[in-house]
Parts: sequence; structure tokens; C-alpha cells
Amino acid sequence: MEAWLALAAGGLTAGAVYLLLARSLVHFVFGIVLLSNAANLVLFAAGRTTWGLPALVPDGMATPDGPVANALPQALILTAIVIGFGLLCFVLVLVDRVRRRWGTADIDQIHERELSGKDLEP
Amino acid sequence: MSILVTSPVVIPMIAGILALFAVNRPRLQQVIGIAGTGALLAASLTLMVAVADGTVLVATMGDWLPPVGIALVVDPLSASMLAIAAATGLAAAIYALADPRASRTRAWPGMPPLLMFLLCGVCGAFITGDLFNLYVWFEVMLISSFALLAQGGGKERLAGALRYVGLNLVSTVLMLASVGMLYGLTGTLNLADLHGAAIAADRPGALTAVAMLLLIAFGIKAAVFPLFFWLPAAYPTLPIPVAAVFAGLLTKVGVYAMLRVFPLVLGPEALGDTHGLVQETLIWIAALTMLTGVLGAAAQSDMRRILSWHIISQIGYMIMGLALWTTLGVIGSVFYLLHHIIVKANLFLVAGVAERMTGSGELAKTGGLYQRSPWLGLLFLIPALSLAGVPPLSGFWAKYLLIRAGLETGAYLLVAVALVVGLLTLYSMTKIWLEAFWKPAPETVSIRPLSRREGYAMLGPITAFALLTVVIGLAAEPVFAYAEQAGLLLVEPAPYVETVLGASPP
Repeated sequence: MEAWLALAAGGLTAGAVYLLLARSLVHFVFGIVLLSNAANLVLFAAGRTTWGLPALVPDGMATPDGPVANALPQALILTAIVIGFGLLCFVLVLVDRVRRRWGTADIDQIHERELSGKDLEP
Repeated sequence: MSILVTSPVVIPMIAGILALFAVNRPRLQQVIGIAGTGALLAASLTLMVAVADGTVLVATMGDWLPPVGIALVVDPLSASMLAIAAATGLAAAIYALADPRASRTRAWPGMPPLLMFLLCGVCGAFITGDLFNLYVWFEVMLISSFALLAQGGGKERLAGALRYVGLNLVSTVLMLASVGMLYGLTGTLNLADLHGAAIAADRPGALTAVAMLLLIAFGIKAAVFPLFFWLPAAYPTLPIPVAAVFAGLLTKVGVYAMLRVFPLVLGPEALGDTHGLVQETLIWIAALTMLTGVLGAAAQSDMRRILSWHIISQIGYMIMGLALWTTLGVIGSVFYLLHHIIVKANLFLVAGVAERMTGSGELAKTGGLYQRSPWLGLLFLIPALSLAGVPPLSGFWAKYLLIRAGLETGAYLLVAVALVVGLLTLYSMTKIWLEAFWKPAPETVSIRPLSRREGYAMLGPITAFALLTVVIGLAAEPVFAYAEQAGLLLVEPAPYVETVLGASPP
């Protein structure tokens, strides 16, 4: 199980790096999505993948009945997903604003226009 | 006591929410901002007095004791960082009174609430005793800084924000992944518990990989060499009060995280032989960060750009103390951190006044400020010379400690770089002085004197910070003693670990 998770995280990271290095901002956003999911998988695998019960204590007992799954990484991932989603929304809006103001979503072109804009200044 | 320990997070959060309610009344927002940062400063100073003798204060929540529950921990380093963060916030809030844009623009929700949430994140990062919680506070800080950057921005600021947002997102994801790996290796996330658990794990190789990942994650935040490109793109485009807070605080949170995590968790005992590798990487990073920052500044002709590049070179000094990995080095880093925030924020504030009076930050289009207002010249010279390390100002002692630590370790090349960079810093500061203050104003430029209101709001914080710089310089002894307490607790964390793990329920 760990091996599959490791492969998945590695594959996601590779794809993320490829997308992050692209010149298009939209690709960049998708790269961030993949990268944060890879990090979530790493967190998940770090908590050890075991077959266990939900970490709940049944009625009338002081301890769970049998081995339970590690709930902490799940809580961490949930937090990370929520935060990541919020940030993603922000980045999408930011990219849209940049595209509207600069008329392009290509970071190289934005850079060129920035430089030429400065030269034009008196 | 636990109320006091949580107050650095609670006060800015409440003030931020109140400021959101006042969203249609910019003046009221500004008052809330000043009151909030003022209360934060008072709370931080109280904490600073309480921990000045090396005490560690711990607050636990809801009977969840460390290492399971998240603990908030205040030690001398975090208390002093809190106080300086609050002071910078207060200075920015007062300075913003003079900024017409802050009150006039309809940009939602205005600067004060975002500034308060930013301070909430920064203070949370300073006092948390849990690694994952540190990640969460980083995110609070980041999303507020994103919003401050993008708010009401023109084209240039949007492009700068894009780079800042992009690189910082990558940094947080890397931090998340390394937190996961560290948890997998040690089974705990509490920083105090990690100290022992990392040694007990006995996995130097894997821990070194985690250390390197964390180095990249914190390095992007601290804007060290080769990861600093977002900083000169984003900072110069900000309104001055926001730029001062960003310049003073944000990169320093990255440095603080390094100072906190590396000696405590990823020290020589945990990393074994491979620790040398981490240390050597840090030394190279420190030297190259100092050099590239100062050379980048030398090539600029705009005040804000020069100052932004100098943030990078100064970060190199703070890393240098950590890289030497001696007690004196870490103490030097702490001293440098405290001195630098005051000086750098102040330089941005002065640059803002110069821009307001001459109408431009471009050095060629400024001039004659000294003739017009000698006081402003003096107020610029104090932080500028302190930044370069001229005695008897605060920067001299900070550099002296680091260079002495370097000589004791025998890192002569690093010391040579630090000294040359100090000289080049002086060159940049002289350039601003000669162009903006000394040379007569160009004929096309008419200097507009500050109105009475602007004078109070802008020069008040600047004067206070300049005085603080002089006082730290002249009375370096108590400040050094305090930095020594803070540094010792970083290098020999036994009291920190014992206090946190032995915390009692509230």
C-alpha cells in the first residue's frame, strides 16, 4: 500500500513540476493543485496505512474495540485540503485579474510588457 | 497567565473582525487598527517582561496536554518578536493616517482588517509550539498578505503579487510535505516532543532529507539566495505602510522558523554525521544571499527597489549566525533579527516621506530634501547607517556579534563576505543620501512640505523607531543580555522542552 502511495505522490509531483514550469498561468494553477495533493498523500502515508476501525469509542466502553486507524493524519489532511482550496480560489481569481489587466495569461509576455512599459516612461 | 499567552493571537483577531464590521467607515477602521496594535504591543511587552529571565510560558487548550494537544509557548525569543511585530504594526497603522489612498479607496475591505489578520498569523507563528500549527499560522499570514498585495492593485502590483503568491504557495506545500515526513519518522508534531523524538528515531538520512525540504520551504519565505525572486518583484509595488510591515516582518517569520526548528529538532544529535551537510548548505546560502542582495541593490535607482534588495542581503546575516551553529552565532542572529525589523521598517517609512515630498521614489527625480528638511535627513541617516553597521548604532553590535562568532569558528571567508557586504550597504545608503537628500532638487521637481497632519502621522513612528535604534546602540548591554537568554534557550532547549512537556491543564 505504501509503495502505491509513494508512486502516486511521486507521479503527482512530477506532473506538478512539469506544469509549474509551463509559461501559462493556467497550467501553473493546475500544477499547484497537483502538488498540494501530492503533499496530502505524503501526509496520509506518514500516518501508516493500516486496516483499522474508525477511531471511536463505543458506548459503555473506555477504549476502542480493537485496533483503530490513526485519525491524526486524516485530520491534518482535512485541514490542508480546506486551506488549499481557499488558496486555490484566491489564485484563480488573481490569475483572472492578471489576464484581464495584462491581456494575456502567459508569464513571459507579461514580463516582456513590464520591461517595455518601463522603457516607454519619460 | 494562559489568557496573556493567547492574547497575541486573540487581540489582532478580535480587532480584525471589528474592523471588518466597520468596513464602510475608513476612519473608524483606522482607529480600530491603532487600538488593536496598541493593545497587542502592551500585551507583548508584558509577556516580554514576564519571560525576560528565561522563563517559558505555556498555554494549553481544553485539557489536551502536550504532546497531544497544541500548546502555545512564549519564550524570550518569541516574546521579543511579538513586541517588535506589534510595534511595526502600530507604526504602520499610525503612518497610514497620512496615506490618502488608505482612506479614500473603496477597495474592499480596506487595509486595517487585513493588517490585523496578518499580525494574527505572524504572532501565531511566533508563539505556536506545534509544527503543523505553524503551517496553519503561515497560511493565515499568507492569505492576508495575498489580499493586501492584490487589493486595489494596478498592473504592476498584480504581476508582483502573482510571483509572490506562486512561490509562497510552493513553499507552503513543501512545508506540509516535510511536516508529514517528520510525523512519519517521529510520530509527533509537538516541537518540544520532536526534540527527543527526532534523536530517538535514529534516522539521520531521512531526517536530513526533511531538513533540506524545510530549508527550501522556510528559505522561500525568508527570501534567501536562489529563492528570493518574488521579493523585489512584489515589495516595491506596495503602499508604504504595508511595505514597511512586509519588509520588517514577513521574511523574518521564515528566519524565525529556521531558528526555532533547526536547533531544536534537526540539530547535530538528530542528524548525526550528515548535519555537516546542512550546516555547509546554510553557510553557502548565507554568503550568497548577502552578496546577491547587496549587488542587486547597487544596480537599482529607485528607493523602494534599493531597500527591497537590501532586505535580501540582510537575511543573509541572520542565516549566517545560524549557519555557524555556535551559541554566540545564534545570539548574534537573534540580536540581528530584533535590530533589523526596526531599522528596515523605518527605512521604508522614511522612503515614503521622501516620495511624498518630492513626488517620486526614482532617485534621479528627487533631491534637495536635506536643505528643505534637515530633520528628515537625520531621521534617514540613523536607520541607514545602522543598516550598514556604523557604530554606535544598533546594526554595529549585531554585525559585531556575528563577525566575532565567525572569527571564533574560523569561518574567515564568511566573515570577509559579511564585512564587504557591510561596506557595499554603506555605498547604497550613501547613494540614496546623495541623490535624494544632498544634491539640489532638479528644476522640474517642486518639493511639497508635509501638512501638519502628515507630519505627526508620518514622522511620529519614524522618530520613535530612530530613537529605538539609537537606544539599542547606546545601551546594547541589556539588549545583548536579553538576546543571550533567547539564544541560549535555542541552543540548549532542555528548559523549553521540560516546561512544555510538563505543562499542567489550564
